[in-house]
Amino acid sequence: MKVTVCKLQDIPKLGARRYLKSDGHTIAVFRTAEDNVFALRDACPHKGGPLSQGIVFGESVACPLHNWCIDLKSGSAAAPDEGAVERFDVRVVNGDVELSLT
Amino acid sequence: MEKRKLVVVGNGMAGARVLEELLEIAPGLYDIAVFGAEPHPNYNRILLSPVLAGEQTVKDIILNPVEWYAENGIRLHLGKTVAKIDRRARAVIAEDGTREPYDRLLLATGSNPFMLPLPGVDLDGVLTYRDIHDTERMIEAAATQRDAVVIGGGLLGLEAANGLKVRGMNVTVVHVMPWLMERQLDRTAAGLLQKTLEAKGLQFRLEAHTQALLGSPSALAEGRGEGRVSGVQLKTGEVIPAQLVVMAVGIRPNTALAQAAGLHCNRGVVVNDTLQTYDPRIYAVGECVSHRGTAYGLVAPLFEMAKVCANHLAHHGIGRYGGSLLSTKLKVTGVDLFSAGDFSGGDGTEDIVLADPSAGVYKRLVIRDDKLVGAVMYGDTVDGSWYFKLLREGRSVAQIRDKLMFGESNLGDAGHLGENRAASMAPEAQVCGCNGVCKGAIVKAIKEKGLFTLEEVRRNTKASSSCGSCTGLVEQILMFTAGGDYSTAPKKKAICGCTERTHQEVRDAIREHELLSIPAAYRFLEWRTPNGCASCRPALNYYLLSTWPHRAQDDPQSRFINERSHANIQKDGTYSVIPRMWGGETNSSELRRIADVVDKYAIPTVKVTGGQRIDLLGVKKEDLPAVWKDLGMPSGHAYAKALRTVKTCVGSEWCRFGTQDSTRMGQELERALWRMYAPHKVKLAVSGCPRNCAESGIKDVGVIGIESGWEIYVAGNGGIKTEVAQFLCKVKTHAQVLEHAGAFLQLYREEGWYLERTVHFVARVGLDYVKKRVLDDSEGRVALWERLQFSLDGEPDPWHEPMRAGVDLRQFAPLSA
Repeated sequence: MKVTVCKLQDIPKLGARRYLKSDGHTIAVFRTAEDNVFALRDACPHKGGPLSQGIVFGESVACPLHNWCIDLKSGSAAAPDEGAVERFDVRVVNGDVELSLT
Repeated sequence: MEKRKLVVVGNGMAGARVLEELLEIAPGLYDIAVFGAEPHPNYNRILLSPVLAGEQTVKDIILNPVEWYAENGIRLHLGKTVAKIDRRARAVIAEDGTREPYDRLLLATGSNPFMLPLPGVDLDGVLTYRDIHDTERMIEAAATQRDAVVIGGGLLGLEAANGLKVRGMNVTVVHVMPWLMERQLDRTAAGLLQKTLEAKGLQFRLEAHTQALLGSPSALAEGRGEGRVSGVQLKTGEVIPAQLVVMAVGIRPNTALAQAAGLHCNRGVVVNDTLQTYDPRIYAVGECVSHRGTAYGLVAPLFEMAKVCANHLAHHGIGRYGGSLLSTKLKVTGVDLFSAGDFSGGDGTEDIVLADPSAGVYKRLVIRDDKLVGAVMYGDTVDGSWYFKLLREGRSVAQIRDKLMFGESNLGDAGHLGENRAASMAPEAQVCGCNGVCKGAIVKAIKEKGLFTLEEVRRNTKASSSCGSCTGLVEQILMFTAGGDYSTAPKKKAICGCTERTHQEVRDAIREHELLSIPAAYRFLEWRTPNGCASCRPALNYYLLSTWPHRAQDDPQSRFINERSHANIQKDGTYSVIPRMWGGETNSSELRRIADVVDKYAIPTVKVTGGQRIDLLGVKKEDLPAVWKDLGMPSGHAYAKALRTVKTCVGSEWCRFGTQDSTRMGQELERALWRMYAPHKVKLAVSGCPRNCAESGIKDVGVIGIESGWEIYVAGNGGIKTEVAQFLCKVKTHAQVLEHAGAFLQLYREEGWYLERTVHFVARVGLDYVKKRVLDDSEGRVALWERLQFSLDGEPDPWHEPMRAGVDLRQFAPLSA
């Protein structure tokens, strides 16, 4: 299922927005400096911290709770931390951010 | 274009370290070939002693296995000794005829152990102590022979002697000097060391000169040549029986290859500050070089050289090697010993000495011109790395002189049960309370991953990477496990992995070159990453704003979430809200509004804070703007690197002891300073009399009322490092308190490093400097105070003027289908 969550410009550059799924889960939708978008479940694999609130740099986000660095592309934590968070396909179509929910 | 060719001669720690650094900063730049004369891949030579003592195996100390070379596309020629450098054809030729052409050549040929020219040095059983081969022969001998003599009572000799003793041999150390390790220890410390080693069963002959090594009379008689060594004869005539003699009298840089190639050598291969020899295509690093007239035999300088050399090979060309200060630690289990710098004493130096011989503790600090220049410690070395840091930084210790001897840890670092001797800790004992890392995990990571620096340990284990209070312990464990001469945090510490620049360099550049935005700063300072990381971006954002108020552009995306959402994130992703209560004073209508907000937004927890305010915990992010509005109170900035509270006692208004109106003074300070961002959080307190009920002694600025005016204290701290504030001055009026406190804080805002509390800032620049700027220079003080007021002028309250404060209100509402 695909949903249009917002316009690209609704997400701050080097930032994120939270998308509330109907099942109560939240997905973090990120925008990089180059306007690439990524989507991850809004829960750090460490202690569930909201990744949407972290600082985005390059193609990574630093979790606001304990500074784990999560790769936006794969959802994996950077070493020495181990773990990964669920990722979702997302793309920009005519300025709309289109999220694939599976 | 074909890749340039880099050939490395020498597969020891220096050569491999350069390659590691180079592959990190410029992967794929060179086609690389390495020659190693030993048949082993690169291993940690420092750890040969634990191997000899049976505490580790050869496998444990391999740093880069053969696969590492293959993975990085490096051609590894093991067991091949290079015979010749053909500089004209730019090629290296090995003894077996292997030929590798080069564009750049790196010599890392190390050093050779020195053999005293004594009769009998060619006998069987006479060894030096340098590599795996020597170590294996010593282990073999220990299994079959009874008596060993080690010639040389230096670091290496004592480690060899200890290892052989542990393996069951009778060991005697023969040393020409009057005391052991005379280059690293003074006489007293060496005496303690000798006592400890004697208790382990080692024997010593000091001021003893070896005359000859004796052969085996029976072998001679049977015409088998001189055979195996049987004893060591001293000049006094004494003969010490020995079937194994280890010569550990020093090393000589291995320059034979360089000399034959016509490169200038003087003791070592002479190199400049970018580690180039007289032929600029040829670099040299490690023990084989002579830099500014010094040849080093320890690993820390070698790593510093490797970093600079790799930078230069990668065409970055910014680093220069300026020589190294050395520290030493003996790797003998059960011996705690540390020395650094120059402790020979002499004119113009002063000693601070603590000696408790029956407890086996001795510490001596040598001070010259108010600076620490040398340190020798025996028995209690927990502060070794701290002293070494002071020594390297060369900063004045005049202010902390009375506490210096008791070390950094005497001031009550919280978080590890007062544990301060890493050696005695059990493997399961927790070292890092923040990240839950125990000693065993750190030791394992150091051994398995071949870590050498504090930064590497932090990266790999997270130990000491959060609050940092266990840094001393981690450094101790590092010393113990990786070997004594490990490299401490570099003298020049980069902000983060995105750059080589230090906090100071970045601050200076922003001011000097009028940099006004983060992208401009990154461009100018040649950042390695396009938009930094979570460490450097907040720092730069603060530096820009504090240097160019009202001009530099604030970037909310470069602030930590708390400063972006103006509330404090909690473990479950909710937020806490703390409204400002001027001087800790409130009233019924504020309390009623707070109660109503708690009910309306179903806020689960209400708590009184240590800073005399009320904390509402568990507020949902989407409720924040409405909560602020309904509270109708200013932001307390309890979430920010900014002025937090001004704690006050009730003072002369009510208190029967009060001498001054501390509540009003506190409120005046708070109204003047609120919305003030700083390198870190800032807490103030004002007490109305010396009973000091507001606890002014542990605040960034603490004010205490006395009959005749106010005393101002600065740089106190109640957190990780409990530190009593230092007396700054005494003033008469409220206006003077404001001006002095404000000037001090503005100095901190302008010159502090990001995340540096006032206690660390003042420790770094010295209280004298602060006094010079804030007290002695009255015009400067007024100017500082005016600059602070200018910065704060018109600064909006983010809770009530979010648009003006640049708060991105979109963040509060989640998106949905």
